Amino acid sequence: MRQISVKKIQEAVTQAVGQVNIYLPRDIEEALNKSLFNEENERAKNILNILLENAKIAREEKMALCQDTGMVAVDIELGQQVIISDGDILSAVNQGISDGYEKYYLRKSVVSCPFERKNTGDNTPAIINISLFPDDRLVLNIMPKGAGSENMGQLAMLKPAEGIQGVKDFVINVVKNASSNPCPPIIVGVGIGGNMEKAAHLAKKALFRDINTKNNNKEIAVLEQELLSSINALDIGPQGFGGKTTALAVNAETYPTHIASLPVAVNIGCHCMRRIRLAF
Amino acid sequence: MATHYMGSPVDNAIIEKLHVGDKVIINGVVYTARDAAHKRLINSIQKKEKPPFDLKGQIIYYTGPCPAPPDKIIGSAGPTTSGRMDPFTPTMIENGIKVLIGKGKRDNSVVKAIKKHNAVYLATIGGAGAYLAKKIASVQLIAYPELGPEAIYRLELINFPCFVAIDSKGNNIYNKF
Repeated sequence: MRQISVKKIQEAVTQAVGQVNIYLPRDIEEALNKSLFNEENERAKNILNILLENAKIAREEKMALCQDTGMVAVDIELGQQVIISDGDILSAVNQGISDGYEKYYLRKSVVSCPFERKNTGDNTPAIINISLFPDDRLVLNIMPKGAGSENMGQLAMLKPAEGIQGVKDFVINVVKNASSNPCPPIIVGVGIGGNMEKAAHLAKKALFRDINTKNNNKEIAVLEQELLSSINALDIGPQGFGGKTTALAVNAETYPTHIASLPVAVNIGCHCMRRIRLAF
Repeated sequence: MATHYMGSPVDNAIIEKLHVGDKVIINGVVYTARDAAHKRLINSIQKKEKPPFDLKGQIIYYTGPCPAPPDKIIGSAGPTTSGRMDPFTPTMIENGIKVLIGKGKRDNSVVKAIKKHNAVYLATIGGAGAYLAKKIASVQLIAYPELGPEAIYRLELINFPCFVAIDSKGNNIYNKF
């Protein structure tokens, strides 16, 4: 058994929410650079240059990449051989977020009730999901997500007969409808299978994956590549002003499903897709 | 892609010169307002109260900045999704606002109001809040401080980059999608 104190978790989360909002993940910055090299549209090049400059300024001045520092999603991988000591992990994660948003001058964007819309003042609660594992790992995958991109996500319960083509058509339609709103170039997270909430969670999980990786299943890896090509042929481009660079990647995840079901969910990440992995 | 320079208050002549897709560099004053501030502004207009600033010829920037760190005047300050302001925008334009700055598509009622009153919708770079904050020279709280990042601030912009998304003739950069 491995013992981990909630104090340690809380402090790590505080630091991580500062870091994740300021530093653009390396894989995303590399992809933006690569896109700039391939882009021919003058306006698109101009915008990609500004996005790279933005990442540089944020890093050097320790400022948030985007003023929408989001609502925080935390996916916890918890080994059953881990003992969490000195308190409860959910409170520790929320307290860490609260401290971090204050300490690093991040915008608090969470309201307590969807109708009253009163700001909670500390950017909590987070959306926390916990998965159990047989080992002694504790990993926190943290993703602050702005509403510009999050609001553009969709879910469909397709008929099994619609198959892979139905999934493709749905994903491309979601991206088309989103157009400029989620701040392209985007990263497209796709969840296929499971049930309604499983598909949505898979789509979010797909966004945690490094964009240089492919799905282990060959057929799904091909689907990711085909979707990326189709999306980049739409000519939406950076900020929706045209160009080849609409998406930097499509990451898809699958799960077994019911004989009568084919759920598919899309969760869109913006060009400053923020995520960090904390392993204890 | 032509480049134009714009100050404020905005006169009609410059707006007529702007064509969809052109670059516009702003050097002048803008007022921030998001959903909650719009709701209050519209309420005060409907009640025939004096709005917190003179709307005539002014520029609205849809943003809710991050808090200012101790060594800065403002935190990250990029545009928010403009479409959420669509229900309010025609009234804002009818009451004198000439330029709207945000990101993303607008609905037909906004395009109609833009054409009718010779206004323009500019898009700036979503997600480039750190870069755009460096183009802000001064910040002054004007109204609704209780709204926090959603309050109305008077910002002085220097070399702030935008693109014409909907011009005064109604040409729309997002139309093909």
